[in-house]
Amino acid sequence: MSDDNDNAYWSANLRIIAWSLVIWALVSFGFGILLRPLLAGIPVGGTDLGFWFAQQGSILVFLALIFNYAWRMNKLDREHGVDEQ
Amino acid sequence: MDQFVINLLFVGASFALYIGIAIWARAGSTSEFYAAGRGVHPVTNGMATAADWMSAASFISMAGLIAFVGYDNSSFLMGWTGGYVLLALLLAPYLRKFGKFTVSEFIGDRFYSPTARLVAVVCLIVASTTYVIGQMTGVGVAFGRFLEVSNTAGLLIGACVVFAYAVFGGMKGVTYTQVAQYVVLILAYTIPAIFISLQLTGNPIPGLGLFGDHAASGEPLLAKLDQIVTDLGFAEYTAHNADTLNMVLFTLSLMIGTAGLPHVIMRFFTVPKVSDARWSAGWSLVFIALLYLTAPAVGAMARLNITEMFWPNGTEQAAVSVETIETDPQYDWMLTWQKTGLLDWEDKNGDGLIQYYNDQSPAMQEKAEAAGWTGNELTKFNRDILVLANPEIANLPSWVIGLVAAGGLAAALSTAAGLLLAISSAVSHDLIKGQLNPGISEKGELLSARIAMAVAIVVATYLGLNPPGFAAQTVALAFGLAAASIFPALMMGIFSKKVNNTGAVAGMLAGLIVTLLYIFMHKGWFFIPGTNSFTDADPLLGTVKSTSFGAIGAAINFAVAYTVSSMTKPLPKEIVDLVESVRIPRGAGAAQDGH
Repeated sequence: MSDDNDNAYWSANLRIIAWSLVIWALVSFGFGILLRPLLAGIPVGGTDLGFWFAQQGSILVFLALIFNYAWRMNKLDREHGVDEQ
Repeated sequence: MDQFVINLLFVGASFALYIGIAIWARAGSTSEFYAAGRGVHPVTNGMATAADWMSAASFISMAGLIAFVGYDNSSFLMGWTGGYVLLALLLAPYLRKFGKFTVSEFIGDRFYSPTARLVAVVCLIVASTTYVIGQMTGVGVAFGRFLEVSNTAGLLIGACVVFAYAVFGGMKGVTYTQVAQYVVLILAYTIPAIFISLQLTGNPIPGLGLFGDHAASGEPLLAKLDQIVTDLGFAEYTAHNADTLNMVLFTLSLMIGTAGLPHVIMRFFTVPKVSDARWSAGWSLVFIALLYLTAPAVGAMARLNITEMFWPNGTEQAAVSVETIETDPQYDWMLTWQKTGLLDWEDKNGDGLIQYYNDQSPAMQEKAEAAGWTGNELTKFNRDILVLANPEIANLPSWVIGLVAAGGLAAALSTAAGLLLAISSAVSHDLIKGQLNPGISEKGELLSARIAMAVAIVVATYLGLNPPGFAAQTVALAFGLAAASIFPALMMGIFSKKVNNTGAVAGMLAGLIVTLLYIFMHKGWFFIPGTNSFTDADPLLGTVKSTSFGAIGAAINFAVAYTVSSMTKPLPKEIVDLVESVRIPRGAGAAQDGH
């Protein structure tokens, strides 16, 4: 296991984290709060899409993000030979 | 059978179950006491974490806060689930790889400084104690209701039960007991919600029913709710009325705080492997989401039911009469809750009717004057009673009401026990064994752990008698403190090779002190009522309430830590090696006791 391999592993991890956090912020602070006026035109059950993201959608996306991260990282561990066997 | 007897049966049976499990898995060695010997499967661990996490704040308090405020309190939903993303991506796998027992051990080793460890212990104790105050508030409400005594008596009885319970078993007892508690609390939360959703919308899934049509009127449920609450002068339920900056900061504080609370982080020390720590965070959120996706439906539907209860023939017709409240069995819940002192009404204008409306709304003045109303006559409706009263309000079968009583207690009890464990391990393991008396025997360590628990619960009970807010609001303050102190130190410890001992200590102290000062200035010094100089209605800094300050505290922590580190000595080689090893899962063995 070289330092290069470890560094490549770590930068790949950081990339996945960065993308996940962008989506994390977009669905909660974005669609749920700040961008809600932009989504006001999309009706969902008596209110709008922003309200749905704030009370349901963001939570569902958070779940998807964590499972996606676990799955990709456990795969990345094996690709770089840094898993626990 | 009498409702009181049914409640006792349900609560008694659930307690017997938890205690039975605790005896079956009683903790022997210190290693088992703290971390359950690390043999816990990710799904089991996720379920236990969910029980540990979802406290009186989530179960008893949150839906009530959403019900009476609407969209603006969505922060609780996003904040308390979004934090798991931070936890899963930024902390859990690395702390598991590090392989020690407590959060402060990581901070002490990574920042190669006993001072850093000491400061971390202080931060943990401050945040956890504040959190226990919020739990005790919820415990008081739940015990008060099901024993049909005053809130204060309920709180004192509850404190004794929580203490006995936490002293009894260590984490292992707690891990399997908490799986049982999770099952009880999630059934207790979702079953009444399903009933109510079916009654109101015909949809058995509350989260879908919330966006469905109101069966009685054919209108969308939320449109109906908006209509009825604005008729009475209250703010539109689905509208964004609150200050946006405060809402963003509040949500962020709850998220960061979630990832900085010791009793949750400790959970990820108990899984066998780093890869399991990642899955475990996901499973935790699955089990938490079952409640959090239901909570907004519980809130909205309860608000609709309560309003209709007071205006049985619509808001344009006469309100409910005092006589109906006192004689109609449908209104029995009001009489039982009145006994706790958390619900009250008064026929101010003497017309024999109870008008529930927003007497602060300028738009209502004219209408009230014309109708001869002299103020809102539902004089007290404590938000924390909503979830527990909900099945009675909706006229559900008595076994559902008993189940909810058991669930509320399970939620409060499991979290209070987990927090007391975190406090006791911080004191006995980190403070006494780590700093004051390294030679202490295993027996002495366990004894000091139990004394620490006793002190914590006495303080929390005392402050719980005059809480700084509703359960969920007090808990939110604890999250702010954890966000400002612990989370930044942990994250920098993993992701930075620049932040050194001096930087970390300065950062944690700055974050904790500034946040604590801001909270005390608004909520009273040491939460003693009347000693505050500002209120959250008119805060010191613009629109930033004390519950939202944690995010700013965290930013201060990061900024101070980086600035001080850049002016002081770089990290020693062995610490850089430690950071590199934490980042790679390979070689994560079983955790070791640091001493």
